[in-house]
Amino acid sequence: MHDVIIIGSGPAGYTAAIYAARANLSPVLFASSVESGGDLMTTTDVENYPGFPTGIQGPELMFNMQQQAERFGTEVRLEDVTSLELDGDVKKVWVGEELFETKTLIFATGSAYRKLGVEGEERLSGRGISWCATCDGFFFKGKNLVVVGGGDSAMEEAMFLTTFADKVTIVHRSETFRASPVMLDRARANEKIEFITNSAVSRVIGEEAVTSLELTDTVTGATSEIEIDGLFIAIGSDPRTHLIHDKLTLNDDGTIVVDGRSSKTNIEGVFAAGDVVDGTYRQAVTAAASGMVAALDAQHHLEDHA
Amino acid sequence: MKNVTKDSFQADVLNSDKPVLVDFWAEWCGPCRMVGPILEQIDGETDKIEIVKVNVDENPELAQQFQITSIPNMKVFKGGEVVKDIIGAKPKAALEADLADFL
Ligand SMILES: Cc1cc2nc3c(=O)[nH]c(=O)nc-3n(C[C@H](O)[C@H](O)[C@H](O)COP(=O)(O)OP(=O)(O)OC[C@H]3O[C@@H](n4cnc5c(N)ncnc54)[C@H](O)[C@@H]3O)c2cc1C
Repeated sequence: MHDVIIIGSGPAGYTAAIYAARANLSPVLFASSVESGGDLMTTTDVENYPGFPTGIQGPELMFNMQQQAERFGTEVRLEDVTSLELDGDVKKVWVGEELFETKTLIFATGSAYRKLGVEGEERLSGRGISWCATCDGFFFKGKNLVVVGGGDSAMEEAMFLTTFADKVTIVHRSETFRASPVMLDRARANEKIEFITNSAVSRVIGEEAVTSLELTDTVTGATSEIEIDGLFIAIGSDPRTHLIHDKLTLNDDGTIVVDGRSSKTNIEGVFAAGDVVDGTYRQAVTAAASGMVAALDAQHHLEDHA
Repeated sequence: MKNVTKDSFQADVLNSDKPVLVDFWAEWCGPCRMVGPILEQIDGETDKIEIVKVNVDENPELAQQFQITSIPNMKVFKGGEVVKDIIGAKPKAALEADLADFL
């Protein structure tokens, strides 16, 4: 029987592990087999995480956090938790056929990219459709690309892609943007970037790879087609709650409900931290802080139930 | 795992008697670093399939030739033809399931 099991390997999971390990609780952390390290593994410079005056690469920051957690005795397992049983005092964590039992569980699974939900998206993903400019931009040198979305991340993806592509068109469903004025101005000032507003992508077209997009005018309903070489989708992300959505209480935005400033969910002994509880800030530093909260909450729970 | 380049691709992959899985990867690709060790393990467990890697930074011609637009991309070649195409990092069990025909 374990004292603490942590699911998730972003800043929230690793910070929870650092605190729990330093409290001698020998935490086991499930990191995922292929996405270990979380969202920051897909970015380059992180310039707003304190302590790194010249910035740090996302993957390097995450390797550092992992090492720091391991140094104090965290067992990091590169495996995916497949199901959970949370009733009763003993929480059951399944990894395929293998069962792990724990007194407390910290759920820090982060968020997953939102999909467009249109025809062609599933089939052509990885064949000209991408959710990660820093991962796949390299393959689109001299190409003609579309970025869908109207937030900061869409602007950032578009600007990053201009270092490779000849032309980047930002397609957005309305005329108003959620992106900050600074980011929007920067994108507008970039001569390789064009905008198509009041338009939604309604179909992705291509046999072996993406060749064009069908756009639907969100005002008139008229459709049109544009030829492209690649599509980058940046329309936000949703909390990754498929393991617990029928067990834990969720907010309207899909995040897990926690009690006040704590990490306590509606099930005793189960704590949640990071982007999976945060519909507002969603930064590395807030995720790390909430991981700390979860570790201390779990520790207090163990002391109270000793 | 052997590093294949554009110069050795013909001999190592296209002319191979055995099926060859080619892992197209790059240093800067986070998910590639996760798949690498899994492929390494599978490579150590079977003789039925050859597993090699191509660094797309050093071999852009190969990346272009095989229309790679996202990595990791793992292609299985048999008799010089692509017979299986796996895009994106996956857990070991899922990769083994995808490769069941060759293991
Ligand atoms: C491209 C990009 C750039 C960003 N840049 C910045 C930045 O510069 N500064 C900043 O502060 N923030 C940045 N962010 C936001 C930041 O990455 C997130 O706020 C932060 O990573 C959230 O941390 P987390 O621990 O909640 O979850 P995540 O980082 O999302 O980590 C959760 C991880 O848990 C693991 N996991 C999930 N389910 C399971 C399971 N069932 N079993 C096992 N493991 C599982 C997976 O590996 C998953 O990736 C960026 C995000 C993106 C996408």
